[in-house]
Amino acid sequence: MFEIFGIPSQALFGQLLLGLINGSFYALLSLGLAVIFGMLNIINFTHGAQYMMGAFAAYLLLQYAGINYWAALVVAPILIGATGILIERLFLQHLRKLDPLYGLLLTFGLALVIEGLFRNYYGSSGLPYQVPDALRGGRNLGFMFLPNYRGWVIVLSLVVCLATWFAIERTRLGSYLRAATENPVLVRAFGINVPRMVTLTYGFGVGLAALAGVMAAPIYNVSPQMGSDLIIVVFAVVVIGGMGSIMGAIVTGFTLGIVEGLTKVFYPEASNTVIFVIMAIVLLVRPAGLFGRTA
Amino acid sequence: MERVLNPPVAARRRETDANLGIAMAVMVALFVVAPFVVYPIFLMKALCFALFACAFNLLIGYVGLASFGHALFFGWASYFTAYVAKTWGWPPELAVILGTAAAAALGAIAGTLAIRRQGIYFAMITLALAQMMYFFALEAKFTGGEDGIQGVPRGRLFGLFDLSHEMTMYAFVLVVVVAGILFIYRIINSPFGEVLKAIRENEQRCVSLGFHTDRYKLVAFVLSATLAGLAGSMKSLVFQLASLTDVHWTMSGDVLLMTLLGGLGTMLGPVVGAFVVIAMQNYLAPFGQWVLVIQGAIFVVCVLVFRRGIVGELAHLLRVRL
Repeated sequence: MFEIFGIPSQALFGQLLLGLINGSFYALLSLGLAVIFGMLNIINFTHGAQYMMGAFAAYLLLQYAGINYWAALVVAPILIGATGILIERLFLQHLRKLDPLYGLLLTFGLALVIEGLFRNYYGSSGLPYQVPDALRGGRNLGFMFLPNYRGWVIVLSLVVCLATWFAIERTRLGSYLRAATENPVLVRAFGINVPRMVTLTYGFGVGLAALAGVMAAPIYNVSPQMGSDLIIVVFAVVVIGGMGSIMGAIVTGFTLGIVEGLTKVFYPEASNTVIFVIMAIVLLVRPAGLFGRTA
Repeated sequence: MERVLNPPVAARRRETDANLGIAMAVMVALFVVAPFVVYPIFLMKALCFALFACAFNLLIGYVGLASFGHALFFGWASYFTAYVAKTWGWPPELAVILGTAAAAALGAIAGTLAIRRQGIYFAMITLALAQMMYFFALEAKFTGGEDGIQGVPRGRLFGLFDLSHEMTMYAFVLVVVVAGILFIYRIINSPFGEVLKAIRENEQRCVSLGFHTDRYKLVAFVLSATLAGLAGSMKSLVFQLASLTDVHWTMSGDVLLMTLLGGLGTMLGPVVGAFVVIAMQNYLAPFGQWVLVIQGAIFVVCVLVFRRGIVGELAHLLRVRL
């Protein structure tokens, strides 16, 4: 036991860990938003609702189909990603020629519909989801106690984020994606099916949100409104980072989670608002965002 | 970039303005008769929201800036008015003026930050700023946190009119709201308003013509915030209550829905939209969360097939400007 700046190290590292956990979710969600924005040029307001659907999918799969956490990590994102593909085919593809604002309005409406439906059937109180057996308990790292599940969330989130970055920035498929973002007409002329790529990209972004939801289920209660407040913070994260770069989204997500955790230690009253304040400062100093390119 | 909306093509300016004048006169006449038929509290609520939606439409419909954070101005103006009327015993006219001024100041701060980015970033920034002020309202002492400020006295207007009488209050609300809407009409049809519409159509070109578009956008933002604040102040007197609901993001969503449903960029659309949405919330209240589902579905339908909104569609059919 020792103290740093008059704060017991246990408390400091405890909040840092919580910050890293939040940061993991910020990173996964803002990554999904950035990927979708890159291809579809819309801000996916349904993202929070899709994160919530991921958590509910994990809960329902366990409850009614006996599918455990590990399988749900794979099954839930695929299922929710499929609903995303449906949404893109049914609605979003018709908005391509309109102002991006309409995409925002439509996805906002969808978010209301989804949240309303879930509230109807499951109320507003949270449903519990057990931590899987293999990740129960925790370990003593000497300077702090680390619950296994929380460590797992941070590692998994990092791995998924970096894998996504690698797939987009370093593979052939990723190069098609980046090319289609820059100039879809030219890429189509080369015989690549861009509309299908757009659909799959949306499905993938939604899948990322659902994966975050499954990972969040054992930490937070599974509840219909778990996504709506979170998504607003993620929007601020996206404004701070700028949506120009994949790595930018990841780094900003984790960093802001840690900053939020530290604020909880040193000035708890501001912990809810610190990210928004940072956003205001970044807008004043560097309007394009930390990693953004000016349009 | 494609235009945000398709304003109905005006055949001839003078003729269409006459149509709009007739429509407005009919509307005001309806409002004068209405409290004898419909429950006045419901009408006052709808009128306050009509002004709120018109103020919001000034920004989204005529400048093309989609704010997702207008609850910030509506809700905080309502807090300020409620606080000074209740705790300091200010008369209603001064309480409303203070609430409106507070909204203008908040609008100047939020606007300065938000207009630094365009398009969807603008929407996300306004949403985030409003959420920040929501948390502030939740934790600050003078807002009363979860309870809000209850039992706000309506007082005597100019020391003469006792606003605790439902009909007197209604007359006060009606005069303020109609004046607010006429003021917006004046803004839109001024040289300043023409520049705003030009910015909506093509900002780059306006810049190249030598307009400082940022200044125009900021002034429009502050005007919109101020009028939204006026609506919020009036609402806190009508219901004698200021609460967290007024600053929550769902309120920003509601006003967006009213404007979209009534018709973006039409003078009377937001009024119609406000009445439809408030009536819907009123009559569907027993169905609980289905209201949320229905509102969401209306958003989807409006965006996909009904982008002109009710009044926009009507104006298009009749080939007039409403």
